[in-house]
Amino acid sequence: MMKLEAIIQPSRFESVKDALHEVGIEGMTVTEVRGHGRQKGHTEVYRGREYTVDLLPKIKLEMVLPDKLVNTVVDTILKTAKTGKIGDGKIFISRVEEAIRIRNEERGESAL
Amino acid sequence: MKRAVLCSWFAIGLFLLALPLPAQQAPATSSPASASAASPQTSKEVSDRLAQLDQRVTAAQAAGDNAWMLTSAALVLMMTGPGLALFYGGLVRRKNTLAIMMQSFAMMGLISVLWALVGYSLAFGGDGPIIGNFSHAFLRGVGMEPNLDYAGTIPHLTFMIYQMMFAVITPALITGASAERMKFSGTVLFMTLWFFVVYAPLAHMVWGKGGFLNAAGGRFPCLDFAGGTVVHISSGVSALVCALYMGKRIGFPKQPMPPHSLVLSFIGACLLWVGWFGFNAGSALAANGLAASAFVATHLGAAAAAIGWSVAEWFKNGKASALGAISGAVAGLVAITPAAGFVRPMPAMVIGLAAGVLCYFMVTRVKALFGYDDALDAFGVHGAGGTIGALLTGVFAQQIVNPIFGPNNPVGGRDGHWAQVGNQLVGVLVAWGFALVGTIVILKITDLVTGFRANEEQEMEGLDISQHGEEAYYLES
Repeated sequence: MMKLEAIIQPSRFESVKDALHEVGIEGMTVTEVRGHGRQKGHTEVYRGREYTVDLLPKIKLEMVLPDKLVNTVVDTILKTAKTGKIGDGKIFISRVEEAIRIRNEERGESAL
Repeated sequence: MKRAVLCSWFAIGLFLLALPLPAQQAPATSSPASASAASPQTSKEVSDRLAQLDQRVTAAQAAGDNAWMLTSAALVLMMTGPGLALFYGGLVRRKNTLAIMMQSFAMMGLISVLWALVGYSLAFGGDGPIIGNFSHAFLRGVGMEPNLDYAGTIPHLTFMIYQMMFAVITPALITGASAERMKFSGTVLFMTLWFFVVYAPLAHMVWGKGGFLNAAGGRFPCLDFAGGTVVHISSGVSALVCALYMGKRIGFPKQPMPPHSLVLSFIGACLLWVGWFGFNAGSALAANGLAASAFVATHLGAAAAAIGWSVAEWFKNGKASALGAISGAVAGLVAITPAAGFVRPMPAMVIGLAAGVLCYFMVTRVKALFGYDDALDAFGVHGAGGTIGALLTGVFAQQIVNPIFGPNNPVGGRDGHWAQVGNQLVGVLVAWGFALVGTIVILKITDLVTGFRANEEQEMEGLDISQHGEEAYYLES
Protein backbone atom coordinates (compact mmCIF):
# COMPACT_ATOMS: atom_id res chain seq x y z
CA MET A 1 0.00 0.00 0.00
CA MET A 2 1.19 3.48 -0.80
CA LYS A 3 0.14 6.88 0.47
CA LEU A 4 0.01 9.60 -2.09
CA GLU A 5 -0.12 13.27 -1.11
CA ALA A 6 -0.57 15.79 -3.85
CA ILE A 7 -0.49 19.54 -3.33
CA ILE A 8 -2.13 21.25 -6.26
CA GLN A 9 -3.51 24.57 -7.47
CA PRO A 10 -7.04 25.16 -6.17
CA SER A 11 -8.13 26.06 -9.70
CA ARG A 12 -7.19 22.57 -10.95
CA PHE A 13 -8.91 20.65 -8.18
CA GLU A 14 -12.21 19.93 -9.91
CA SER A 15 -10.51 18.56 -13.04
CA VAL A 16 -8.16 16.39 -11.00
CA LYS A 17 -11.00 15.01 -8.92
CA ASP A 18 -13.11 14.18 -11.98
CA ALA A 19 -10.19 12.51 -13.76
CA LEU A 20 -9.41 10.40 -10.67
CA HIS A 21 -13.02 9.27 -10.50
CA GLU A 22 -12.75 8.18 -14.12
CA VAL A 23 -9.74 5.95 -13.44
CA GLY A 24 -11.62 4.36 -10.55
CA ILE A 25 -10.41 6.17 -7.45
CA GLU A 26 -13.23 6.06 -4.96
CA GLY A 27 -11.82 7.64 -1.84
CA MET A 28 -9.76 10.66 -1.10
CA THR A 29 -9.29 13.22 1.67
CA VAL A 30 -9.06 16.86 0.67
CA THR A 31 -7.78 19.77 2.74
CA GLU A 32 -7.53 23.47 1.98
CA VAL A 33 -4.01 24.41 2.91
CA ARG A 34 -1.64 27.34 2.62
CA GLY A 35 1.99 27.20 1.75
CA HIS A 36 4.67 27.86 -0.77
CA GLY A 37 7.59 26.20 -2.43
CA ARG A 38 9.55 28.11 -4.99
CA GLN A 39 6.61 30.20 -5.96
CA LYS A 40 6.87 33.75 -4.65
CA GLY A 41 3.77 35.26 -3.06
CA HIS A 42 2.02 38.42 -4.14
CA THR A 43 1.70 41.90 -2.69
CA GLU A 44 -1.51 43.36 -1.33
CA VAL A 45 -1.93 47.07 -0.60
CA TYR A 46 -4.41 48.42 1.94
CA ARG A 47 -4.48 52.22 2.13
CA GLY A 48 -0.83 52.39 1.17
CA ARG A 49 0.35 49.63 3.52
CA GLU A 50 1.89 46.80 1.57
CA TYR A 51 1.69 43.23 2.71
CA THR A 52 3.53 40.39 1.05
CA VAL A 53 1.34 37.35 1.07
CA ASP A 54 3.77 34.45 0.70
CA LEU A 55 1.59 31.61 1.95
CA LEU A 56 -0.70 30.88 -0.92
CA PRO A 57 -3.87 28.82 -0.89
CA LYS A 58 -3.46 25.24 -2.18
CA ILE A 59 -5.42 22.02 -2.12
CA LYS A 60 -3.93 18.92 -0.56
CA LEU A 61 -5.23 15.52 -1.73
CA GLU A 62 -4.44 12.45 0.31
CA MET A 63 -5.06 8.91 -0.87
CA VAL A 64 -3.88 5.50 0.24
CA LEU A 65 -3.71 3.19 -2.77
CA PRO A 66 -2.98 -0.44 -3.62
CA ASP A 67 0.50 -0.55 -5.20
CA LYS A 68 -0.82 -1.40 -8.67
CA LEU A 69 -2.86 1.81 -8.90
CA VAL A 70 -0.09 4.23 -7.94
CA ASN A 71 1.28 4.82 -11.42
CA THR A 72 -2.15 5.40 -12.96
CA VAL A 73 -2.99 7.93 -10.29
CA VAL A 74 0.32 9.74 -10.60
CA ASP A 75 -0.12 9.96 -14.37
CA THR A 76 -3.66 11.27 -14.02
CA ILE A 77 -2.63 13.95 -11.56
CA LEU A 78 0.34 15.00 -13.65
CA LYS A 79 -1.88 15.28 -16.69
CA THR A 80 -4.72 17.23 -15.10
CA ALA A 81 -3.03 19.38 -12.45
CA LYS A 82 -0.34 20.82 -14.68
CA THR A 83 -0.58 24.41 -15.87
CA GLY A 84 3.13 24.66 -16.61
CA LYS A 85 3.68 27.58 -14.28
CA ILE A 86 5.56 27.80 -11.01
CA GLY A 87 3.19 26.91 -8.20
CA ASP A 88 1.60 23.80 -9.73
CA GLY A 89 2.50 21.82 -6.62
CA LYS A 90 4.11 18.48 -5.80
CA ILE A 91 3.32 14.82 -5.28
CA PHE A 92 4.77 12.85 -2.38
CA ILE A 93 4.56 9.07 -2.21
CA SER A 94 5.32 6.97 0.85
CA ARG A 95 4.82 3.39 2.01
CA VAL A 96 1.95 2.63 4.39
CA GLU A 97 2.33 -0.06 7.05
CA GLU A 98 -1.26 -0.87 7.71
CA ALA A 99 -4.83 0.19 7.00
CA ILE A 100 -7.76 -0.67 9.24
CA ARG A 101 -11.41 -0.08 8.53
CA ILE A 102 -12.96 1.06 11.79
CA ARG A 103 -16.44 -0.32 11.07
CA ASN A 104 -15.50 -3.99 10.68
CA GLU A 105 -11.81 -4.05 11.57
CA GLU A 106 -10.81 -5.27 8.09
CA ARG A 107 -7.09 -4.88 7.51
CA GLY A 108 -4.71 -4.36 4.61
CA GLU A 109 -5.67 -3.50 1.05
CA SER A 110 -9.22 -4.72 1.50
CA ALA A 111 -9.69 -1.93 4.02
CA LEU A 112 -9.00 0.70 1.37
CA MET B 1 -45.45 88.10 -12.76
CA LYS B 2 -46.21 84.78 -14.38
CA ARG B 3 -45.15 83.11 -11.16
CA ALA B 4 -47.49 85.24 -9.12
CA VAL B 5 -50.41 84.31 -11.34
CA LEU B 6 -49.51 80.65 -11.12
CA CYS B 7 -49.20 80.89 -7.37
CA SER B 8 -52.59 82.49 -6.98
CA TRP B 9 -54.19 79.84 -9.18
CA PHE B 10 -52.47 77.21 -7.10
CA ALA B 11 -53.72 78.83 -3.91
CA ILE B 12 -57.26 78.94 -5.26
CA GLY B 13 -56.98 75.31 -6.27
CA LEU B 14 -55.79 74.37 -2.81
CA PHE B 15 -58.61 76.36 -1.30
CA LEU B 16 -61.18 74.52 -3.34
CA LEU B 17 -59.64 71.17 -2.53
CA ALA B 18 -59.32 71.91 1.14
CA LEU B 19 -62.83 73.21 1.59
CA PRO B 20 -65.01 71.13 -0.69
CA LEU B 21 -68.33 71.81 0.99
CA PRO B 22 -68.17 75.57 1.53
CA ALA B 23 -66.63 75.92 -1.90
CA GLN B 24 -69.63 74.31 -3.50
CA GLN B 25 -71.91 76.62 -1.60
CA ALA B 26 -69.82 79.64 -2.50
CA PRO B 27 -71.40 80.45 -5.90
CA ALA B 28 -74.79 80.89 -4.18
CA THR B 29 -73.55 83.72 -1.99
CA SER B 30 -70.95 85.33 -4.23
CA SER B 31 -72.42 84.97 -7.71
CA PRO B 32 -71.50 87.79 -10.15
CA ALA B 33 -74.89 89.37 -9.65
CA SER B 34 -74.55 89.76 -5.90
CA ALA B 35 -70.78 90.42 -5.88
CA SER B 36 -71.21 94.13 -6.53
CA ALA B 37 -73.43 94.40 -3.50
CA ALA B 38 -71.14 92.48 -1.16
CA SER B 39 -72.16 93.11 2.40
CA PRO B 40 -69.56 93.67 5.16
CA GLN B 41 -70.49 90.21 6.39
CA THR B 42 -69.39 88.55 3.13
CA SER B 43 -66.07 90.32 3.06
CA LYS B 44 -65.45 89.20 6.63
CA GLU B 45 -66.29 85.69 5.53
CA VAL B 46 -63.76 85.96 2.71
CA SER B 47 -61.03 87.23 4.97
CA ASP B 48 -61.79 84.46 7.45
CA ARG B 49 -61.47 81.91 4.70
CA LEU B 50 -58.22 83.46 3.53
CA ALA B 51 -56.85 83.25 7.04
CA GLN B 52 -57.95 79.65 7.19
CA LEU B 53 -56.29 79.00 3.85
CA ASP B 54 -53.12 80.59 5.11
CA GLN B 55 -53.14 78.27 8.09
CA ARG B 56 -53.68 75.27 5.91
CA VAL B 57 -50.85 76.18 3.57
CA THR B 58 -48.54 76.60 6.56
CA ALA B 59 -49.70 73.28 7.95
CA ALA B 60 -49.07 71.57 4.61
CA GLN B 61 -45.54 72.95 4.47
CA ALA B 62 -44.93 71.94 8.07
CA ALA B 63 -46.09 68.42 7.32
CA GLY B 64 -43.72 68.14 4.34
CA ASP B 65 -40.79 69.56 6.28
CA ASN B 66 -41.46 67.38 9.28
CA ALA B 67 -41.69 64.24 7.15
CA TRP B 68 -38.33 64.96 5.55
CA MET B 69 -36.65 65.91 8.81
CA LEU B 70 -37.81 62.80 10.66
CA THR B 71 -36.61 60.74 7.70
CA SER B 72 -33.30 62.58 7.75
CA ALA B 73 -32.88 61.96 11.47
CA ALA B 74 -33.36 58.23 10.84
CA LEU B 75 -30.87 58.35 7.95
CA VAL B 76 -28.24 59.98 10.16
CA LEU B 77 -28.75 57.33 12.83
CA MET B 78 -28.27 54.71 10.11
CA MET B 79 -24.84 56.21 9.45
CA THR B 80 -23.65 55.19 12.92
CA GLY B 81 -25.38 51.85 13.03
CA PRO B 82 -24.97 49.95 10.86
CA GLY B 83 -23.02 52.28 8.53
CA LEU B 84 -19.96 53.25 10.52
CA ALA B 85 -20.06 50.07 12.59
CA LEU B 86 -19.77 47.95 9.45
CA PHE B 87 -17.25 50.25 7.78
CA TYR B 88 -14.94 50.15 10.80
CA GLY B 89 -15.87 46.56 11.68
CA GLY B 90 -14.55 45.25 8.39
CA LEU B 91 -11.30 47.19 8.66
CA VAL B 92 -10.14 45.68 11.94
CA ARG B 93 -8.72 42.23 12.50
CA ARG B 94 -11.23 39.50 13.15
CA LYS B 95 -10.60 39.40 16.90
CA ASN B 96 -11.67 43.04 17.35
CA THR B 97 -14.77 43.13 15.17
CA LEU B 98 -17.46 43.21 17.83
CA ALA B 99 -15.48 45.60 20.02
CA ILE B 100 -15.26 48.28 17.35
CA MET B 101 -18.89 47.79 16.36
CA MET B 102 -19.89 48.01 20.00
CA GLN B 103 -18.00 51.28 20.37
CA SER B 104 -20.27 52.79 17.73
CA PHE B 105 -23.41 51.17 19.06
CA ALA B 106 -22.64 52.26 22.61
CA MET B 107 -22.77 55.87 21.41
CA MET B 108 -26.29 55.26 20.11
CA GLY B 109 -27.27 54.49 23.68
CA LEU B 110 -24.98 56.70 25.74
CA ILE B 111 -24.97 59.94 23.76
CA SER B 112 -28.70 59.75 23.04
CA VAL B 113 -29.44 59.72 26.75
CA LEU B 114 -26.90 62.43 27.58
CA TRP B 115 -28.30 64.56 24.76
CA ALA B 116 -31.81 64.35 26.16
CA LEU B 117 -30.69 65.01 29.73
CA VAL B 118 -28.53 68.10 29.22
CA GLY B 119 -26.59 67.90 25.95
CA TYR B 120 -29.26 69.44 23.76
CA SER B 121 -29.65 72.31 26.16
CA LEU B 122 -25.91 72.94 26.34
CA ALA B 123 -25.70 73.02 22.56
CA PHE B 124 -28.92 74.79 21.63
CA GLY B 125 -30.24 76.45 24.79
CA GLY B 126 -29.63 80.14 25.54
CA ASP B 127 -27.55 82.52 23.45
CA GLY B 128 -24.04 82.61 24.93
CA PRO B 129 -20.99 82.92 22.67
CA ILE B 130 -19.33 79.64 23.79
CA ILE B 131 -21.92 77.34 25.28
CA GLY B 132 -25.67 77.12 25.84
CA ASN B 133 -27.39 76.84 29.19
CA PHE B 134 -29.70 74.52 31.11
CA SER B 135 -32.97 76.04 29.90
CA HIS B 136 -33.88 72.88 27.95
CA ALA B 137 -32.36 70.39 30.42
CA PHE B 138 -34.38 67.17 30.54
CA LEU B 139 -36.02 68.44 27.34
CA ARG B 140 -38.00 71.02 29.25
CA GLY B 141 -39.86 73.22 26.78
CA VAL B 142 -39.06 70.94 23.87
CA GLY B 143 -42.43 70.03 22.42
CA MET B 144 -44.48 69.95 19.26
CA GLU B 145 -44.34 73.69 18.69
CA PRO B 146 -41.45 74.85 16.50
CA ASN B 147 -38.38 76.50 17.99
CA LEU B 148 -38.35 79.74 16.03
CA ASP B 149 -34.64 80.33 16.73
CA TYR B 150 -33.65 77.34 14.63
CA ALA B 151 -36.36 75.79 12.50
CA GLY B 152 -39.69 77.53 12.26
CA THR B 153 -41.65 74.89 10.41
CA ILE B 154 -40.85 71.67 12.25
CA PRO B 155 -41.65 70.60 15.80
CA HIS B 156 -38.96 71.45 18.30
CA LEU B 157 -38.81 67.73 19.08
CA THR B 158 -37.90 66.98 15.48
CA PHE B 159 -35.08 69.51 15.53
CA MET B 160 -33.84 68.09 18.83
CA ILE B 161 -33.80 64.44 17.67
CA TYR B 162 -32.21 65.37 14.34
CA GLN B 163 -29.36 67.16 16.10
CA MET B 164 -29.07 64.23 18.51
CA MET B 165 -28.05 61.93 15.68
CA PHE B 166 -25.11 64.21 14.87
CA ALA B 167 -24.00 64.10 18.47
CA VAL B 168 -24.18 60.29 18.34
CA ILE B 169 -22.02 59.76 15.28
CA THR B 170 -19.31 62.29 16.11
CA PRO B 171 -17.65 60.50 19.03
CA ALA B 172 -18.13 57.19 17.23
CA LEU B 173 -15.87 58.48 14.44
CA ILE B 174 -13.00 58.88 16.93
CA THR B 175 -12.95 55.16 17.68
CA GLY B 176 -11.35 54.54 14.29
CA ALA B 177 -8.03 55.95 15.49
CA SER B 178 -7.89 54.07 18.78
CA ALA B 179 -9.25 50.86 17.29
CA GLU B 180 -7.97 47.46 18.37
CA ARG B 181 -6.47 48.68 21.65
CA MET B 182 -8.93 50.88 23.53
CA LYS B 183 -10.70 49.33 26.47
CA PHE B 184 -14.43 49.54 26.73
CA SER B 185 -14.63 51.18 30.15
CA GLY B 186 -12.17 53.82 28.99
CA THR B 187 -14.21 54.37 25.84
CA VAL B 188 -17.39 54.99 27.78
CA LEU B 189 -15.79 57.48 30.18
CA PHE B 190 -13.78 59.23 27.47
CA MET B 191 -16.78 59.66 25.19
CA THR B 192 -18.98 60.96 28.00
CA LEU B 193 -16.42 63.61 28.91
CA TRP B 194 -15.64 64.39 25.27
CA PHE B 195 -19.29 64.95 24.53
CA PHE B 196 -19.55 67.60 27.25
CA VAL B 197 -16.15 69.21 26.88
CA VAL B 198 -15.72 69.26 23.11
CA TYR B 199 -18.89 68.48 21.19
CA ALA B 200 -21.57 70.46 23.04
CA PRO B 201 -19.61 73.75 23.18
CA LEU B 202 -18.41 73.46 19.59
CA ALA B 203 -21.91 72.76 18.33
CA HIS B 204 -23.10 75.84 20.20
CA MET B 205 -20.31 78.07 18.94
CA VAL B 206 -20.98 77.17 15.31
CA TRP B 207 -24.71 76.49 15.21
CA GLY B 208 -26.15 77.82 18.46
CA LYS B 209 -27.89 81.17 18.79
CA GLY B 210 -25.31 83.78 19.80
CA GLY B 211 -22.40 81.41 19.12
CA PHE B 212 -19.31 83.40 18.15
CA LEU B 213 -18.70 81.29 15.01
CA ASN B 214 -22.36 81.22 13.98
CA ALA B 215 -22.74 82.14 10.32
CA ALA B 216 -25.83 84.13 11.19
CA GLY B 217 -24.57 86.95 13.34
CA GLY B 218 -21.49 85.46 15.04
CA ARG B 219 -18.30 87.44 15.69
CA PHE B 220 -16.53 85.28 13.07
CA PRO B 221 -19.30 84.00 10.82
CA CYS B 222 -18.07 80.53 9.89
CA LEU B 223 -19.98 78.60 7.23
CA ASP B 224 -20.56 75.05 8.37
CA PHE B 225 -23.68 73.69 6.76
CA ALA B 226 -23.73 70.19 8.24
CA GLY B 227 -20.74 69.77 10.51
CA GLY B 228 -17.34 70.11 8.84
CA THR B 229 -15.92 71.74 11.94
CA VAL B 230 -18.37 70.51 14.57
CA VAL B 231 -18.37 66.88 13.49
CA HIS B 232 -15.40 66.06 11.30
CA ILE B 233 -12.58 68.36 12.40
CA SER B 234 -13.48 67.87 16.04
CA SER B 235 -13.59 64.07 15.82
CA GLY B 236 -10.68 63.78 13.37
CA VAL B 237 -8.30 65.92 15.40
CA SER B 238 -9.33 64.24 18.65
CA ALA B 239 -8.72 60.93 16.93
CA LEU B 240 -5.16 61.96 16.11
CA VAL B 241 -4.56 62.96 19.73
CA CYS B 242 -5.91 59.60 20.90
CA ALA B 243 -3.67 57.71 18.46
CA LEU B 244 -0.61 59.65 19.59
CA TYR B 245 -1.45 59.39 23.27
CA MET B 246 -2.15 55.67 23.20
CA GLY B 247 0.75 54.67 21.03
CA LYS B 248 0.82 52.03 18.38
CA ARG B 249 -0.87 48.68 18.38
CA ILE B 250 1.42 45.85 19.38
CA GLY B 251 3.27 44.80 16.26
CA PHE B 252 2.54 47.94 14.25
CA PRO B 253 3.87 48.59 11.65
CA LYS B 254 5.93 45.40 11.22
CA GLN B 255 3.17 42.87 11.58
CA PRO B 256 0.60 42.75 8.81
CA MET B 257 -2.82 43.94 9.96
CA PRO B 258 -4.98 43.75 6.87
CA PRO B 259 -8.73 44.41 7.09
CA HIS B 260 -10.53 41.19 7.98
CA SER B 261 -13.54 41.79 5.72
CA LEU B 262 -13.68 44.47 3.10
CA VAL B 263 -17.13 43.18 2.24
CA LEU B 264 -18.43 44.51 5.56
CA SER B 265 -16.59 47.78 5.00
CA PHE B 266 -18.04 48.05 1.53
CA ILE B 267 -21.61 47.69 2.77
CA GLY B 268 -20.88 50.13 5.58
CA ALA B 269 -19.47 52.75 3.22
CA CYS B 270 -22.50 52.48 0.94
CA LEU B 271 -24.82 52.93 3.93
CA LEU B 272 -22.79 55.95 4.99
CA TRP B 273 -23.18 57.46 1.54
CA VAL B 274 -26.97 57.05 1.62
CA GLY B 275 -27.22 58.21 5.23
CA TRP B 276 -25.22 61.30 4.36
CA PHE B 277 -28.16 62.61 2.33
CA GLY B 278 -30.00 62.93 5.63
CA PHE B 279 -26.92 64.47 7.22
CA ASN B 280 -26.35 67.16 4.57
CA ALA B 281 -29.64 67.67 2.75
CA GLY B 282 -31.43 67.38 6.08
CA SER B 283 -29.33 70.27 7.37
CA ALA B 284 -31.54 72.57 5.29
CA LEU B 285 -34.00 71.82 8.13
CA ALA B 286 -36.83 71.84 5.57
CA ALA B 287 -37.92 69.96 2.46
CA ASN B 288 -37.06 72.85 0.19
CA GLY B 289 -34.84 73.83 -2.74
CA LEU B 290 -31.83 74.23 -0.50
CA ALA B 291 -32.21 70.61 0.60
CA ALA B 292 -32.22 69.54 -3.04
CA SER B 293 -29.14 71.64 -3.72
CA ALA B 294 -27.32 70.11 -0.75
CA PHE B 295 -28.40 66.62 -1.80
CA VAL B 296 -26.91 67.08 -5.27
CA ALA B 297 -23.70 68.66 -3.93
CA THR B 298 -23.30 65.78 -1.47
CA HIS B 299 -23.69 63.12 -4.10
CA LEU B 300 -21.36 64.75 -6.60
CA GLY B 301 -18.76 65.46 -3.92
CA ALA B 302 -18.69 61.80 -2.92
CA ALA B 303 -18.57 60.61 -6.52
CA ALA B 304 -15.72 62.92 -7.49
CA ALA B 305 -13.74 61.97 -4.39
CA ALA B 306 -14.13 58.24 -5.09
CA ILE B 307 -12.68 58.93 -8.52
CA GLY B 308 -9.93 61.17 -7.09
CA TRP B 309 -8.68 58.58 -4.60
CA SER B 310 -8.95 55.73 -7.12
CA VAL B 311 -6.99 57.57 -9.80
CA ALA B 312 -4.27 58.57 -7.32
CA GLU B 313 -4.01 54.96 -6.22
CA TRP B 314 -4.04 53.65 -9.75
CA PHE B 315 -1.10 55.89 -10.58
CA LYS B 316 0.78 54.86 -7.47
CA ASN B 317 0.11 51.10 -7.30
CA GLY B 318 -1.08 50.27 -10.74
CA LYS B 319 -4.43 49.13 -9.35
CA ALA B 320 -7.61 50.83 -8.18
CA SER B 321 -8.76 49.01 -5.05
CA ALA B 322 -12.25 48.67 -3.61
CA LEU B 323 -10.99 49.92 -0.26
CA GLY B 324 -9.55 52.96 -2.00
CA ALA B 325 -12.79 53.75 -3.81
CA ILE B 326 -14.93 53.54 -0.68
CA SER B 327 -12.40 55.47 1.41
CA GLY B 328 -12.38 58.16 -1.24
CA ALA B 329 -16.16 58.40 -1.23
CA VAL B 330 -16.19 58.83 2.54
CA ALA B 331 -13.45 61.49 2.32
CA GLY B 332 -15.55 63.36 -0.25
CA LEU B 333 -18.66 63.14 1.91
CA VAL B 334 -16.68 64.56 4.81
CA ALA B 335 -15.30 67.45 2.76
CA ILE B 336 -18.61 68.38 1.19
CA THR B 337 -20.35 68.42 4.58
CA PRO B 338 -19.62 72.07 5.49
CA ALA B 339 -20.13 73.18 1.89
CA ALA B 340 -23.23 71.22 0.90
CA GLY B 341 -25.74 74.02 1.42
CA PHE B 342 -23.59 76.81 -0.01
CA VAL B 343 -22.06 75.57 -3.25
CA ARG B 344 -23.28 74.75 -6.74
CA PRO B 345 -22.82 71.30 -8.29
CA MET B 346 -19.57 71.94 -10.21
CA PRO B 347 -17.65 73.36 -7.24
CA ALA B 348 -18.98 70.43 -5.19
CA MET B 349 -17.14 68.11 -7.55
CA VAL B 350 -13.97 70.17 -7.22
CA ILE B 351 -14.17 69.93 -3.44
CA GLY B 352 -14.73 66.18 -3.64
CA LEU B 353 -11.88 65.62 -6.04
CA ALA B 354 -9.49 67.66 -3.91
CA ALA B 355 -10.51 65.76 -0.78
CA GLY B 356 -10.13 62.37 -2.47
CA VAL B 357 -6.57 63.09 -3.53
CA LEU B 358 -5.56 64.88 -0.31
CA CYS B 359 -6.91 62.16 1.98
CA TYR B 360 -5.22 59.47 -0.10
CA PHE B 361 -1.98 61.33 0.42
CA MET B 362 -2.69 61.74 4.15
CA VAL B 363 -3.34 58.07 4.89
CA THR B 364 -0.56 56.71 2.69
CA ARG B 365 2.30 59.20 2.86
CA VAL B 366 1.80 61.51 5.81
CA LYS B 367 0.85 58.73 8.21
CA ALA B 368 3.88 56.68 7.19
CA LEU B 369 6.10 59.73 7.47
CA PHE B 370 5.16 60.49 11.06
CA GLY B 371 4.56 56.88 12.04
CA TYR B 372 1.46 57.42 14.21
CA ASP B 373 -0.96 54.53 14.34
CA ASP B 374 -4.29 56.04 13.31
CA ALA B 375 -5.59 52.50 12.89
CA LEU B 376 -8.58 53.14 10.63
CA ASP B 377 -7.56 56.63 9.45
CA ALA B 378 -10.09 58.67 11.39
CA PHE B 379 -7.73 61.64 11.26
CA GLY B 380 -6.56 61.08 7.70
CA VAL B 381 -10.13 61.05 6.42
CA HIS B 382 -12.20 63.13 8.86
CA GLY B 383 -9.58 65.56 10.16
CA ALA B 384 -7.97 66.24 6.80
CA GLY B 385 -11.18 66.01 4.77
CA GLY B 386 -13.05 68.23 7.23
CA THR B 387 -10.31 70.85 7.17
CA ILE B 388 -10.00 71.12 3.40
CA GLY B 389 -13.80 71.08 3.09
CA ALA B 390 -14.21 73.92 5.61
CA LEU B 391 -11.63 76.08 3.84
CA LEU B 392 -12.94 75.39 0.34
CA THR B 393 -16.43 76.26 1.56
CA GLY B 394 -15.13 79.79 2.02
CA VAL B 395 -13.86 79.76 -1.53
CA PHE B 396 -16.88 78.32 -3.32
CA ALA B 397 -19.89 79.47 -1.25
CA GLN B 398 -22.33 81.49 -3.32
CA GLN B 399 -25.11 83.85 -2.44
CA ILE B 400 -27.22 82.42 -5.26
CA VAL B 401 -27.33 79.07 -3.45
CA ASN B 402 -27.78 80.34 0.08
CA PRO B 403 -28.02 84.08 0.80
CA ILE B 404 -27.03 83.54 4.41
CA PHE B 405 -25.53 87.00 4.87
CA GLY B 406 -28.62 88.76 3.52
CA PRO B 407 -30.35 88.99 0.13
CA ASN B 408 -27.67 90.91 -1.76
CA ASN B 409 -24.54 90.24 0.25
CA PRO B 410 -21.73 88.13 -1.16
CA VAL B 411 -21.02 84.89 0.70
CA GLY B 412 -17.75 83.28 -0.37
CA GLY B 413 -14.75 83.87 -2.61
CA ARG B 414 -16.76 83.06 -5.74
CA ASP B 415 -18.91 86.08 -4.89
CA GLY B 416 -15.80 88.20 -4.37
CA HIS B 417 -15.98 87.95 -0.57
CA TRP B 418 -12.55 86.43 0.00
CA ALA B 419 -12.58 87.51 3.63
CA GLN B 420 -14.86 84.53 4.17
CA VAL B 421 -11.87 82.22 3.74
CA GLY B 422 -10.39 84.01 6.75
CA ASN B 423 -13.56 83.39 8.75
CA GLN B 424 -13.42 79.74 7.75
CA LEU B 425 -9.82 79.62 8.91
CA VAL B 426 -10.83 81.01 12.30
CA GLY B 427 -13.49 78.32 12.55
CA VAL B 428 -10.99 75.62 11.58
CA LEU B 429 -8.38 76.84 14.06
CA VAL B 430 -10.89 77.08 16.91
CA ALA B 431 -12.14 73.56 16.16
CA TRP B 432 -8.59 72.21 15.97
CA GLY B 433 -7.52 73.97 19.16
CA PHE B 434 -10.61 73.02 21.07
CA ALA B 435 -10.36 69.38 20.04
CA LEU B 436 -6.63 69.20 20.77
CA VAL B 437 -6.73 70.73 24.23
CA GLY B 438 -10.02 69.19 25.25
CA THR B 439 -8.96 65.70 24.21
CA ILE B 440 -5.60 65.86 25.99
CA VAL B 441 -7.27 66.91 29.24
CA ILE B 442 -9.94 64.24 28.92
CA LEU B 443 -7.40 61.54 28.11
CA LYS B 444 -5.46 62.39 31.28
CA ILE B 445 -8.61 62.16 33.36
CA THR B 446 -9.70 58.93 31.70
CA ASP B 447 -6.30 57.40 32.23
CA LEU B 448 -6.44 58.22 35.93
CA VAL B 449 -9.95 56.88 36.48
CA THR B 450 -10.44 53.80 34.30
CA GLY B 451 -7.38 53.62 32.08
CA PHE B 452 -7.70 54.01 28.36
CA ARG B 453 -5.65 51.33 26.73
CA ALA B 454 -6.23 47.62 27.08
CA ASN B 455 -3.28 45.75 28.58
CA GLU B 456 -0.97 43.70 26.44
CA GLU B 457 -2.62 40.39 27.17
CA GLN B 458 -6.08 41.75 26.38
CA GLU B 459 -4.87 43.31 23.18
CA MET B 460 -3.22 40.11 21.99
CA GLU B 461 -6.27 38.04 22.85
CA GLY B 462 -8.48 40.50 21.03
CA LEU B 463 -10.93 43.02 22.42
CA ASP B 464 -13.97 40.91 21.53
CA ILE B 465 -13.09 38.28 24.09
CA SER B 466 -11.20 40.43 26.59
CA GLN B 467 -13.67 43.35 26.71
CA HIS B 468 -16.99 41.77 25.83
CA GLY B 469 -16.62 38.05 26.44
CA GLU B 470 -17.79 37.00 22.99
CA GLU B 471 -16.57 36.34 19.49
CA ALA B 472 -17.73 37.80 16.20
CA TYR B 473 -17.24 34.56 14.30
CA TYR B 474 -17.77 31.43 16.33
CA LEU B 475 -16.53 28.98 13.76
CA GLU B 476 -17.12 25.78 15.73
CA SER B 477 -20.82 26.34 16.20
